[in-house]
Amino acid sequence: MITRRFFANGADRRVFITIGLLLGAAIVVPILNIALPPDSAFHVPSYMVALVGKYLCFALLALALDLVWGYCGILSLGHGAFFALGGYAMGMYLMRQIGDRGVYGNPILPDFMVFLNWKELPWFWYGFDQFWFAAIMVMLVPGLLAFVFGWFAFRSRVTGVYLSIITQAMTYALLLAFFRNDMGFGGNNGLTDFKDILGFNVQANTTRSAIFAASAVALALGVFITWAIINSKYGKLLIAVRDAESRTRFIGWRPENVKLFAFTVSAVMAGIAGALYVPQVGIINPGEFAPANSIEVVIWTAVGGRGTIVGPIVGALLVNAGKSWFTGVLPEYWLFALGGLFIATTLFLPRGVIGMWDHWMATHRERKAAALPPSAGAPAAPTPQQREWQASATGGAPEPQPAE
Amino acid sequence: MSKSGTILYLDGVSVSFDGFRAINNLSLVLDRGEMRAIIGPNGAGKTTMMDIVTGKTKPDSGEVYFNGEIDLTRHDEADIAMMGIGRKFQKPTVFESHTVEDNLMLSLKGPRSIFPALFHRKTADEARRIDDILGIIRLGDKRHMLGANLSHGQKQWLEIGMLLAQDPKLLLVDEPVAGMTDAETEETARLLKDIAKTHSVVVVEHDMHFVRELGVKVTCLHEGSVLSEGTLDFVSADDRVVEVYLGR
Repeated sequence: MITRRFFANGADRRVFITIGLLLGAAIVVPILNIALPPDSAFHVPSYMVALVGKYLCFALLALALDLVWGYCGILSLGHGAFFALGGYAMGMYLMRQIGDRGVYGNPILPDFMVFLNWKELPWFWYGFDQFWFAAIMVMLVPGLLAFVFGWFAFRSRVTGVYLSIITQAMTYALLLAFFRNDMGFGGNNGLTDFKDILGFNVQANTTRSAIFAASAVALALGVFITWAIINSKYGKLLIAVRDAESRTRFIGWRPENVKLFAFTVSAVMAGIAGALYVPQVGIINPGEFAPANSIEVVIWTAVGGRGTIVGPIVGALLVNAGKSWFTGVLPEYWLFALGGLFIATTLFLPRGVIGMWDHWMATHRERKAAALPPSAGAPAAPTPQQREWQASATGGAPEPQPAE
Repeated sequence: MSKSGTILYLDGVSVSFDGFRAINNLSLVLDRGEMRAIIGPNGAGKTTMMDIVTGKTKPDSGEVYFNGEIDLTRHDEADIAMMGIGRKFQKPTVFESHTVEDNLMLSLKGPRSIFPALFHRKTADEARRIDDILGIIRLGDKRHMLGANLSHGQKQWLEIGMLLAQDPKLLLVDEPVAGMTDAETEETARLLKDIAKTHSVVVVEHDMHFVRELGVKVTCLHEGSVLSEGTLDFVSADDRVVEVYLGR
């Protein structure tokens, strides 16, 4: 019964294959990196582990955006802010792990504070020497910001372009704030020069592999949670709010609460992605708040296919792999390519790669079904299979409304 | 005028938008269990009146009472919907990417907070309610179809079904037969008459054949207030009604 529910239709099957692949990668990739000698054909080089680990964090960020944009129609142009806040929380933990090994050798104060002549730790740095505390903050800070921001925005019935603009303003304001030295987050330079995480050297191959595995597991968990949310009654409500907000209001639901929940969950997911990203790249600075970063996340999601669970992951991996390749070959043209990609996606692939694939498969099957003799086909009631085709032809790849 | 015994009571209601008086000293009383048809030329204030009753628009002045005791001007849309006023929009509005069944499931009476919805499992009772409603709105064989794939008339019925699922005391139905074929119009009249046996209903409609078919008391609005009220024959014989419809 349960397995039947799990494998009820194609989209669900794809979600579970994705989770399986991610969990498999979490085990296999570290083994191939650590246990095999570097000259083996199956050896995964360390730079590759770090690179793909970074992409997995981006994929989790894109999935978080998809939950609000693809399923609820909230085009957030500020999701990079939640990612960066999660990253800063992790960065603060890593800074405090440096201890007296910094340039100035101060056991309590990070280097930049000594440099600025600060005498004691600001109150908001308390507790970050503990991993559990930092782990809670990674989720709490982005979640709280999203909750407060969303509470005001959704209650005032700010929607469409206006909402997109204020999310963009939010991340820009944070960018400016974090650039300031007196904010106490390292200003321009951000937080870097990390040494240990949980007592292990962040630079070590084993640690890097472990963080890769953690990223893959976190993404798998994110996929599962998103899937569970989307398939609940609440998930249906989320889509209902996207398609006909006033209708939900006139049957007694409060769309602002529906949106607020999704927005908060999404921000927490983005924060976790940021926290896993920082130890892999070894730095967090205010540049992560840049509006352009948040817009890039929108592009990943659009390319992969918004309103699907696997789409944003595929999009984030494809675009970032493309970016790594492109910036190696033709560095000065990457931004043009990215812009062109977004325009091309909007014009020719409005449903993204995954949505297009579904659409293509559905028409292919329909053509096949139409070719069958009439006695075999056309039962009165649609079979679950047919329902799934219908769903994937229209509902499964919904046409998100343009921002009103 | 006494409010007790009424399901809907509007007295001296006025509202203006940018100086334009959409509703002008409107008074309208609907008894419990009554079905009322509201007619009137374009811009007479029919839809604005529904906006006021459902909490979308706040009146500048006047009293709006539901069930003789609840002041509707103090509540918002979701509250009012939960009290038992269902509204069908002029343009049929259903959840297009959901199946007919899911459309009804989301509308069923029940808790409206987020966490119960997250962990909701469909009960046998709910399944029975949905089957009942599908029978009433004659969409039993379309239950797995997506809202987007329904015909215009079927969307209208589904929306009426969504109102019924809320188990409201009062239904406000805005132009239920706009764009329907003659056969669909007849079917809809039958459907609304069925519903009126157990609910209070306000129907706004332009189609006079349809209003005649309903066979209920008619209120004609003009420039935001009541112009004439009575049987359809009485109202259509009223010189002022003829005048606003045909022009001077």
